[in-house]
Amino acid sequence: MAEHSGALAHQFDDLGQQLDASTFGMWLFLVTEIMFFGGLFACYAVYRAAYPQAFAEASLHLDLTLGGANTVVLIASSLTMALAVRAAQIGKSIATARYLWATLALGTIFLVIKSFEYHHKYVESLIPGPSFSVEGPHARQIELMFCFYFAMTGMHALHMIIGAGLLVYFIAQAQAGRYSPDYYGPVEVMGLYWHFVDIVWIFLFPLLYLIGHRQ
Amino acid sequence: MTHRVEPKKSYFAIFAALMALTALTVWASTVDFGALSIVVALAIAVVKALLVILFFMHVRHSRPLTQAVVAGGLVWLVILLVLTLSDYLTRGWLPPPPAW
Repeated sequence: MAEHSGALAHQFDDLGQQLDASTFGMWLFLVTEIMFFGGLFACYAVYRAAYPQAFAEASLHLDLTLGGANTVVLIASSLTMALAVRAAQIGKSIATARYLWATLALGTIFLVIKSFEYHHKYVESLIPGPSFSVEGPHARQIELMFCFYFAMTGMHALHMIIGAGLLVYFIAQAQAGRYSPDYYGPVEVMGLYWHFVDIVWIFLFPLLYLIGHRQ
Repeated sequence: MTHRVEPKKSYFAIFAALMALTALTVWASTVDFGALSIVVALAIAVVKALLVILFFMHVRHSRPLTQAVVAGGLVWLVILLVLTLSDYLTRGWLPPPPAW
């Protein structure tokens, strides 16, 4: 009897409607996120079209090994996130918490690798501003590409940090046994956010790291 | 509940496909496709994003209303990109008008 379930909030007819409402609401938020990152991508597209040579040169300054490793790490974290949602669906609280731990660990590895990359850029004077130093005819346009690099990966990393903070809360909730087959909507919604951040990186990786015609 | 439980192996299969496509896009960047390089890279990225959306995010089995919101978001993104680029990419096509 759904009416007697403690998992059901008063305003919903049944558990299915409650779950649909939460995923629907999350998708509405993610649509605003699509438009937010879409603006960055549109801006990137305009300037890359204007300075294709400089963008290709700038891309060669990025570390393909670290960027590729981060792609693998982030997609793996999406896998563990999907498995966490699945464990919550079938009522396995301990497994849910473990998969969420794995997701948090992989997300943290991503951020650590990213911070090493940022540090390398600092050491190599590739941070846009007075200290930026690149030789050649396209120096200013390469600096522009690095503005995009830091703005886009920085906004992405900010979303990762927020997601990692949320994961800490969800791990605590899962370990307290708050989720059940009747009430796993929050984990599902957390998963939607995490996968969205993964998708943003799926586009950032080829557009930033892979445009320099490496041999 | 309306959301079905997928078998674990289907998630591993999607993960394997995403890894393979990542390797493919890195390999493709070493091949000179000329102007088509960006098309190849974006096509692979779109396939990867669709795999994540349809399977990891369960949109394949979501209610039609949720699917409409997802599709609507992507349509507006395409409008944003296409209309912006239809301006910037075509500015050099015609000579500037004579002064009047």
